[in-house]
Amino acid sequence: MDDKNNKNSIIRLFNVSKRYGGKLALKDITLDIEQGEFIFISGPSGAGKSTLLRILYLAENVSEGQILIDGMNLARISSSKLPLLRRRFGMVFQDFKLIPNRTVYENVALVLEAAGEKSSYIRKKVMQVLRTTGMDKKFKALPPTLSGGEQQRVAVARAVVGNPSIILADEPTGSLDSKSAQAVLDFLMEYHKKGATVLIASHNLHLLESTVRGKNIEIRDGMIERTATML
Amino acid sequence: MTHFVKKALADIRSNRFLNLITIITISLSILVVSVFLLFFENASRVIESWNQGGRAMIYLAKDFNPDHLPELKARINAMGEIDEMVYISKTQALDQLKKNMSSQSTFLKTLKENPLPDALEIRMKSYNSFDEVQQFAQSIKAIEIVEDVEYGQGWLGRFLKIFNLFKITGYAMCSLFFLIALFITANTVRLAFYSRKLEVEIMRLVGATETFIKAPFYVEGLLQGFFGGVMGLAILLVTYLIVASGITQNLASYLYFDIKFLSIKMIMLIIVGSTFLGWFGCYLSLKQILK
Repeated sequence: MDDKNNKNSIIRLFNVSKRYGGKLALKDITLDIEQGEFIFISGPSGAGKSTLLRILYLAENVSEGQILIDGMNLARISSSKLPLLRRRFGMVFQDFKLIPNRTVYENVALVLEAAGEKSSYIRKKVMQVLRTTGMDKKFKALPPTLSGGEQQRVAVARAVVGNPSIILADEPTGSLDSKSAQAVLDFLMEYHKKGATVLIASHNLHLLESTVRGKNIEIRDGMIERTATML
Repeated sequence: MTHFVKKALADIRSNRFLNLITIITISLSILVVSVFLLFFENASRVIESWNQGGRAMIYLAKDFNPDHLPELKARINAMGEIDEMVYISKTQALDQLKKNMSSQSTFLKTLKENPLPDALEIRMKSYNSFDEVQQFAQSIKAIEIVEDVEYGQGWLGRFLKIFNLFKITGYAMCSLFFLIALFITANTVRLAFYSRKLEVEIMRLVGATETFIKAPFYVEGLLQGFFGGVMGLAILLVTYLIVASGITQNLASYLYFDIKFLSIKMIMLIIVGSTFLGWFGCYLSLKQILK
């Protein structure tokens, strides 16, 4: 399988299916994502967008098929190496997934602490990213005291602080007003321009079409219905 | 490591009540264990002191010929380190008896022959326990010319049986309290883990290793165990200082013996044990949750 690996492909899926009990959430997905692409995964609720992302960030195993991330076969990765692979991803979720009793700074710093970075570097890097996302003045705040838009900016800061090569965002604008949603997408676009691969799963096609330049993969009933380039 | 300690202390602060209950439970368990150990340490010392410093009387057979004394002494010396060995002939023994019973010695004059045996009084150079003296006495008894060896095995043996019964009760109580403390510690960790489930999930998603995730829980368990142990010993020390000093004065007149607090070695052992208890409770809990 590796000999088929495209030089620029960072994510490759081969006939991937995911089954929950008797129900197929993903059916025979074959996909090739190149490094630096901006991918928009669209489709109605329950189409399988989130399942696809969950499989990619290793929260779930596939029922059938194989996935290669940067040439590494996920099925052959030992559990001890999973954390190292996960550090190549930055994740953004609709419900933010911030630790409520940790400050904005601590939430973002967690990624670098887990990677074993030095505290001086962590301080510098976290504050730099928080400045970029406009959250530096609230670095001592606890997430529940922030608005949804602010929380998502913290989540985005956490996603990019470790300089990951891939960003996976699952409905990142789902619970935000249009202004906040625009700010989050703008930031992700900026990060993409630095060479990162970005995958956004969302049902809000209208907002994304007006903002994003990239590839749209439409999923319906667990299958890829069509792939189109958004200009 | 500093990160994990800071994190564990922060978690203890945020779950103050739960952690306090755990530390108190550990300290009470340690207190019960320490009380037993205090009793055993002192009782052992009482037994040793009653054993009069490893002394034993070797009674020789009636047909013992004093000419063989150097040979016998050499044989006994070869069996262990003897500090002192005094030969008491049956004549000397009878004279001594008459002297001791000067007021009632009339009946001794009626004796047709001396009923007392020749004897050797020995004192071992060093001995660690009553068992050691007993073992040594047994080997001497095996010498054909030796009739009997007296080292207080009669009443001391009976006392030891009672003491051993206490020991077994003590072990059972200690094990019970150890299990209770272990159960409470494991449950505290379990509750702490479930209260931080989202945190653990996020840690995994951002690429934290299992060691990074588990370490603060282990540090928390170690700290709970350590503080529980120190608190238990502190309670025992205060109680000892208040109560035991009066008892010691009363008992000292009977036993010629001071009741002492636990040795430094035992204190260290208890603290290490309670710290291990905290760690082990955490280990069991995490093993079950994260399997």
